[in-house]
Amino acid sequence: MKTETKAVDINRNIGDFSYKVDYAKDAGTGLSDKTIHYISDVKEDPDWVREFRLRGLKTFLEKPLPTHWASKDLEAIDFDKIRYYLASGDAAKQTWEEVPEDIKRTFERLGIPEQERKFLAGVEAQFDSEAVYSNIKKAVGEQGVIFVGSTEGLKNHPEIFRKWFGKVIPIADNKFSALNAAVFSGGSFIYVPPGVKVKHPLQAYFRINAENFGQFERTLIIADEGSEVTYMEGCTAPKFETTTLHSAVVELVALKGAKIQYITVQNWSANVFNLVTKRGLAHEDAEIKWIDCNIGSRLTMKYPGVVLKGRKARGEVLSIALANNGQHQDTGAKMIHAADETTSNIISKSISIGTGRATYRGLVHVPKHLKNCKNNTECDALLINSTSRTDTYPAITVRGTGNAVQHEASVSQVSAEQIFYMQQRGLSEAQAMSLSVNGFVNDLVRQFPMEYSVELKRLIELEMEGSVG
Amino acid sequence: MNELRVENLHVAIDDQQIVRGLSLAVPRGEVHAIMGPNGSGKSTLAKVMAGHPDYHVTKGKITMDGEDLLALEADDRARKGLFLAFQYPSEVPGVTIANFLRAALQSRLPEGEELEATEYYARLYEKMELLGMDRSFTSRAVNEGFSGGEKKRTEILQLAMLEPKYAVLDETDSGLDIDALKVVARGVNTMRGPNLGVLLITHYQRLLNYIVPDHVHVMVQGRIVRSGGKELALELEERGYDWARAAADEPVLAR
Repeated sequence: MKTETKAVDINRNIGDFSYKVDYAKDAGTGLSDKTIHYISDVKEDPDWVREFRLRGLKTFLEKPLPTHWASKDLEAIDFDKIRYYLASGDAAKQTWEEVPEDIKRTFERLGIPEQERKFLAGVEAQFDSEAVYSNIKKAVGEQGVIFVGSTEGLKNHPEIFRKWFGKVIPIADNKFSALNAAVFSGGSFIYVPPGVKVKHPLQAYFRINAENFGQFERTLIIADEGSEVTYMEGCTAPKFETTTLHSAVVELVALKGAKIQYITVQNWSANVFNLVTKRGLAHEDAEIKWIDCNIGSRLTMKYPGVVLKGRKARGEVLSIALANNGQHQDTGAKMIHAADETTSNIISKSISIGTGRATYRGLVHVPKHLKNCKNNTECDALLINSTSRTDTYPAITVRGTGNAVQHEASVSQVSAEQIFYMQQRGLSEAQAMSLSVNGFVNDLVRQFPMEYSVELKRLIELEMEGSVG
Repeated sequence: MNELRVENLHVAIDDQQIVRGLSLAVPRGEVHAIMGPNGSGKSTLAKVMAGHPDYHVTKGKITMDGEDLLALEADDRARKGLFLAFQYPSEVPGVTIANFLRAALQSRLPEGEELEATEYYARLYEKMELLGMDRSFTSRAVNEGFSGGEKKRTEILQLAMLEPKYAVLDETDSGLDIDALKVVARGVNTMRGPNLGVLLITHYQRLLNYIVPDHVHVMVQGRIVRSGGKELALELEERGYDWARAAADEPVLAR
């Protein structure tokens, strides 16, 4: 099935541009054993990584698309036309001065201000497949924190990397995790030593900047016993005419008593397929929190999860999805309780504008033999226009006694009376609408770091511009 | 002439005529009251003045200081100085009173100009004190879970902050106990002066003991049937709406 997705014409002054990049390393289009060997040769992969990739390819080719439950729109992806690997061929840059001028210009347009860098403990900015810039603040390095690109991680820190890589999300988890296993490049590797609390959030900006080019970053974060770390990931993709595939895998490991917070604000252009697998493994008394914000894209399928493996482990997913005209946000959360006294919390808010569609899919699993487990799930949907759509598919399995589960769902609409009331105070219809939407997500956004909540507010305003009048 | 003026107004909703040939003029600096029984079209008049999209003006004019209001969207009318205190104010979930009023004031500033935050909060707290509102109120979402009295007080707080040229108060007294009524009246009376014209819409005479109007109009079946001074309200209270209704056949042009 081939469907045309018409992008709503909204103001995307920021994020809607591309600069010419000299792609010195290019694997061509399509996917075969040859592609994998090409990537492994260029990246000088160790043998175990090459084998991992080949297993990934085999699994990817064997697995069918999940279109029996998911959107048929997945069938519109032409895997033969995608470019699976592209790199500038340069090694990761360590200082700002070494970053090429045209790439700096891209960052400028993205609004990554120089003064912001001082707030950031380290910036790992991915430009196409390879990290072209990576700078870790001295203080973080001195604490023994490793914050590098995944390629550098697997080469320079194999003793930690290999132990956890592909363990939280196995190759065969799903078709797209298998694809990522085959062709991954870029992404971050972070290791936080025992007891170290990283004060500033670590931050990475990811971008797609080539037509027909899929981005397959792979991130692995390990927080050792009693440590704490926050990672922030933000995307604004340039707009292209043809399909772009983004299929990342993110694995988190929180060892005993550790805390990981992973924050994503994604603003994909309306032609991107964003099919991401994100999962964390929480050991005893550890805490993993996903804050996930999805704006834009043609189809996003993403269900961040936490496997609560140790006693008293805690998992949380807070998510906001905004589906504009022609977009489908299929998002949710997975909480797998695998030990006593584990708790999980899911709060999901979605906004559908125009013909936009937001789907919530939740999976909560508490097996019979466990005691004193708790889950709370809330999902609220806001519909802006009469053509907007929302669906909720909660799958909650709680067995045994002494486990508590709570589920609340709501669907609401911004009423004409509410808009009139706000207009009577002087707000334009669009301002009234975007203030209402910001109000709807307000209690969630308050939990975001300051700079992200401001950015999100601005993004919502931009998205709302086309929805009225 | 600086006045809020309604001329021979006819309004229909779903083909039903609600307002039929109403005329009225509220000069800036005066307080006028419109009294009338249920179903006389009072609230429709208020909503039409503010620009509610559900009502159709089939005939007539509404002007503010000579400018045609009917040609403007609701938000344009508001920014030009027309305020409506709603009988049933809407909830705005998740948006705090402080943020809402800030956005409303910001919308009145020229592009590129930012509202000065410290001044804003100083003014906000001053007005809240006048209305006997606790400061913690600013962080509550607009009208969400408010009692009737709290909603009406919040309307008057917005009136005080937005400083319109003309304010239409639609049944602001309904659902208020006597103490809340006094507080609301004090708020309105403080704002009274040459810069504000007020149109009070009410069913009962009670409110007019606390906000004493300069003129009183009686509205029946979509028209003004009697106009007079403040004593008209007392006469109406005594003789009832049937007395006023008797005059409904012959429309009276106010002032």
